Amino acid sequence: MTTLLSASGVSRAFGGLQALSLCNLDVEKGSITGLIGPNGSGKTTLFNVITGYVKPDAGTVTFNGQNITNARPDAVFSLGVGRTFQLTRIFSRISVLENMLIATQHDESWLRGLLRSKSSKTEVDNAMELLDFVGIAKLADLQAGALSYGQRKLLELAYVLVADPDVILLDEPAGGVNLTLINGIAEKIRTLNKAGKTFLIVEHNMEFVMSLCDSVTVMHQGSNLVTGTPAEVRANPLVLDAYLGGGDDGEDDLREAVASA
Amino acid sequence: MLSKKNLWWVLAAAVFALFPLVVTNPLYTTIGVFTVIYMACATSWNMFSGYSGYIALGSAVFYGSGAYTMALLSIHLHMAAGSSQFWLVPVGGLVAMAFAAPIGWIALRVRRHTFVVITIAVFFIFQLAAINFGFTGGTSGLNLPFITWGFQNYNTPFYYVGLILVVFATLLSMAVRRSRFGLQLLAIRDDEDRALGLGVKVSAVKITGFTMSAFTVGMAGALYALFVGQIYPQFVFDPMFDVSIALMTFLGGLGTLTGPLLGALILEASQQYLTVTFSNGSLYLILFGALFLIVIIFMPQGIVVYLRDRVTKRVERERAAVAANDIASPDVALGGAR
Ligand SMILES: Nc1ncnc2c1ncn2[C@@H]1O[C@H](COP(=O)(O)OP(=O)(O)OP(=O)(O)O)[C@@H](O)[C@H]1O
Ligand SMILES: [Mg+2]
Repeated sequence: MTTLLSASGVSRAFGGLQALSLCNLDVEKGSITGLIGPNGSGKTTLFNVITGYVKPDAGTVTFNGQNITNARPDAVFSLGVGRTFQLTRIFSRISVLENMLIATQHDESWLRGLLRSKSSKTEVDNAMELLDFVGIAKLADLQAGALSYGQRKLLELAYVLVADPDVILLDEPAGGVNLTLINGIAEKIRTLNKAGKTFLIVEHNMEFVMSLCDSVTVMHQGSNLVTGTPAEVRANPLVLDAYLGGGDDGEDDLREAVASA
Repeated sequence: MLSKKNLWWVLAAAVFALFPLVVTNPLYTTIGVFTVIYMACATSWNMFSGYSGYIALGSAVFYGSGAYTMALLSIHLHMAAGSSQFWLVPVGGLVAMAFAAPIGWIALRVRRHTFVVITIAVFFIFQLAAINFGFTGGTSGLNLPFITWGFQNYNTPFYYVGLILVVFATLLSMAVRRSRFGLQLLAIRDDEDRALGLGVKVSAVKITGFTMSAFTVGMAGALYALFVGQIYPQFVFDPMFDVSIALMTFLGGLGTLTGPLLGALILEASQQYLTVTFSNGSLYLILFGALFLIVIIFMPQGIVVYLRDRVTKRVERERAAVAANDIASPDVALGGAR
């Protein structure tokens, strides 16, 4: 196993608030890695640092052995790191299909965009195939803003897949969606993982994380607390302490998860 | 075969092409010239501000640069007054672009609201410069060589050149909308940071769009200068210019192809008509304000989008499709609480 994506010693403060302090995380190639932790423990901030949306005060991020600390979001994406957002972000006033086309030009120069039509046949075919994969191909011509919440989550996953990134960071893919869809999304992730995609997943739904991930890192107050297999993490008393101390809504989920272990 | 949609375009083009042949009263053809000038400007403005959501309120800078280019070159090149001066119209457009590129580079470093403020500030810098520099003639303005073709048909060439600008701006806007570049502008409008994270080179795209949209506005300014024969800083660098083209575009439909054309046609034609018939320069402002309020309240996305959505029953169709998909694939059932 080789490390595909790694953050080491990453720190970041917002004013007086230390959102990340000396945080380390390794994502093995071909794995599904989980990242859990109480609300405000810095999971999303770590995502933002990795994908170039937030600059770290200290630390390095490497991808495929290349230092990508401080690289801009478009550069990080072009290298092969795709992500979704905790609050789903789609382009609401263009069509679903057009949403899918935006990520296709990630390795093209901006000048090229002036001279070419917005899509080629292969791009459209590929986009439709992915929309079909997530189950919303019939909605391709709709304005994306009309989609239901669950459909938006699927669209965001699909348009990140368009660029065929090596690793996909998902920020709460199961957040706010019903059980059927959660299972559907887990299934898609498994399928893609079997085909070789690496995933890093932030999620409060413990069952989702524990059943899907090969390795789980628990964050607490901006640092990585524990890393191990789901079973190891469940058994670690530090983890429960972190959640209980944090007074967090994931607490009950974790208790259940621990109890059922 | 012509599709129904293309048929409408052809019909509209024919009406505009025949206008000065049917209507010969110079009073009305003058209204025609101003109307096509504003249609071209609004369309070009919309190609950047409408598509990207970056509302620029300093386009008068480009209009003015085009106008001064026409005036200064006509005077200093000792051009014979007449149709050869029309060749300076594209030069005015290029000069406007030359100003737009650095202005865009500076103004587009900031996000939307601050961008609006910067464009206004740049506008006032240019207006002050035009008033205070010697070569612009200051407040006494510049007089262009006097064109001597007959009074009766004086307006016709200007009208047709203006109409060419409208066609050009419309085709360009259409091409942009169909290009990858145009899609990127729309993505920037909807969620700029997200677009950046999907590899869109947002800065380059924005500056390019901003600069491109200055071209037709500069050409229109040059045509305006030639048409009126005299330019003053306060008229070519006029804050009402930007308010007008923005209002026209909002009225017709921001970000649509036909919206700015329709908005400019309605507002400019009615403004000129009211000014001519009631010889009251401020009456139209009251009507403008009232009309604008009505539109913003009842059809906030503009006339074109309002009508199109009604005709195509967009909302109903969308609801049905979204619900049907949720039923068809249980995977995609509507999101509820966790
Ligand atoms: N841009 C920002 N400005 C100021 N504070 C921020 C910013 N982003 C994050 N924070 C703060 O940093 C801390 C970590 O936030 P972060 O969003 O990374 O947590 P999280 O682990 O993703 O939490 P959740 O599970 O609720 O999504 C929080 O206290 C948050 O308020
Ligand atoms: Mg978060």
